Amino acid sequence: MATPDDTSTRTSTDPSTGAAPTRSTGRGGSTALSRSDSRGVFGDRLFAGLALAAGILILAILAFVVLFLTLNSGPAVVDDEDGLIIGQFVDYAWPLMIGTLIASAIALLLATPVAVGVALFISHYAPPRLSKPIGYVIDLLAAIPSVVYGAWGMSFLAPGLVPGYEWLHENLGFIPLFAGDPSQTGRTVLTAGIVLSVMVLPIITSVSREIFVQTPKLHEEAALALGATRWEMITMTVFPFARAGIISGIMLGLGRALGETMAVTLVLSPGLLTASLISSGNSTIPAEIALGYPEAPPGSERQAQLIAIGLVLFVITLLVNMVARWIVSRHKDFSGAN
Amino acid sequence: MSKRIDAKDLNVYYGDFLAVEGVSMTIDAQAVTAFIGPSGCGKTTFMRSLNRMHEVLPGARVTGQLMLDGDDIYDPAVDPVTVRTMVGMVFQRANPFPTMSIRENVLAGYKLNGARISRSEADDIVERALRGANLWKEVESRLDKPGSSLSGGQQQRLCIARTIAVKPDVILMDEPCSALDPISTLAVEDLIAELKQEYTVVIVTHNMQQAARVSDKTGFFNIAGTGKPGKLVEYDDTSTIFNNPREKATEDYVSGRFG
Repeated sequence: MATPDDTSTRTSTDPSTGAAPTRSTGRGGSTALSRSDSRGVFGDRLFAGLALAAGILILAILAFVVLFLTLNSGPAVVDDEDGLIIGQFVDYAWPLMIGTLIASAIALLLATPVAVGVALFISHYAPPRLSKPIGYVIDLLAAIPSVVYGAWGMSFLAPGLVPGYEWLHENLGFIPLFAGDPSQTGRTVLTAGIVLSVMVLPIITSVSREIFVQTPKLHEEAALALGATRWEMITMTVFPFARAGIISGIMLGLGRALGETMAVTLVLSPGLLTASLISSGNSTIPAEIALGYPEAPPGSERQAQLIAIGLVLFVITLLVNMVARWIVSRHKDFSGAN
Repeated sequence: MSKRIDAKDLNVYYGDFLAVEGVSMTIDAQAVTAFIGPSGCGKTTFMRSLNRMHEVLPGARVTGQLMLDGDDIYDPAVDPVTVRTMVGMVFQRANPFPTMSIRENVLAGYKLNGARISRSEADDIVERALRGANLWKEVESRLDKPGSSLSGGQQQRLCIARTIAVKPDVILMDEPCSALDPISTLAVEDLIAELKQEYTVVIVTHNMQQAARVSDKTGFFNIAGTGKPGKLVEYDDTSTIFNNPREKATEDYVSGRFG
């Protein structure tokens, strides 16, 4: 009775089946050897095909998005009467680009140190009884819908930050970032950045934690045996090992911050580009699209303009990811992968 | 430089489980002491308690006394970090820091002291430690290459260089040659013979010929059965342990009749 089981386990675990047909005995399909080989080859090919199809599907979807954005954004840069109007589009788009980048930068600057600290606490400091619940709570932050964050930011966080903005203006007003009249509603790009930082926190934390716990015990013990304190051990072994992972986490977080629409739309009262983080003003590309798209007539130049800034956002995200890849690959020799 | 270790009735626990029971022994300075015994008999556990490395595992603790030249290293006032700077350790698998160059690996422990050192001082330390580990000639032209680019035997000697760079009093070696080929093993064994001029060396090994070759004294650990604590069965001069042991169990083990 055990025979069928034996055959199936052998076929599924034999790593050499991929090259089997050339080695087949040529006695026909009756021997156990050739039977198990052909089944293994079929499974192997099926899986390789599935993996290839999944990879192609991702690329195809991306290509269609780019195609759609490019084709539909034409009227934003070419006008029937005036010809090329790239200058006009750039004038429109660059304040939004800067606004998007400012809000995302604030979010990452605030979230990264906290996220790495929390991940480190969970992986290396907290007793096991405490680290699990903290991990769950952090993961739960990622499950809250962005509209809830937006509502919280607009009606609770923003008014609460108004006194803080006034204090910043009075004491640090000489810095351009805090010049300008502080907003009376608190719905500024800084508030939006803070809300975004809470939203990207769980992403960076989860990714960092996963990497931190994978640091080889061997290297941690090597550091400790040399007389390293726990913090020294972490800076010698955990951070270098996790560097690429932390950067990946930050990039995932940045992706969310760049593209976040609902929370920013609710929190920020949009306006013209301004250097001040505490005055009302500034806007981001996703918020601009969300606010403008329902009112833009289909096929109009306005709609094309909104689609075009969508394409700009896509390119920004792509560039940021390429820079991150480059940073990660710069120290390949020393990554520990060899 | 080198210091004597006295263990008095030392018990090592993992949580409630007693892993090593009642070890009393004196490990001489400027000598090589080998621990032999079957797997799971507690020799590595006992060794890791000599530099308080076993505490890294949650729930591990020790009762009894362990004196380093008369100072109790388990005194509540003693910081385990200080103990580990005085009692260095080489692991079973070579573990150079993968993100550091060969040079940085050697200096890794030294930099922990927070002492600012000039480039020429650092060069001296690196050369002395690598010469001490018989590795200098092989790597002097590529000190800035990653430590993980070396062969297994070279990596293990790099780890020894890293350990002696901080000038410990005692060097513990946990099966340092078990992952090495015979030529690399010979290189490390030659090195051990040189190290004992300056350091107290303790080595755990499964290779009895190795224990016979390199050590002055040998301790035989054994275990009565699964779940029972490991014990130090016999501890004497290496020649006595291998030629004329007092205990029947020791004789059976060294003559290959079990284990």
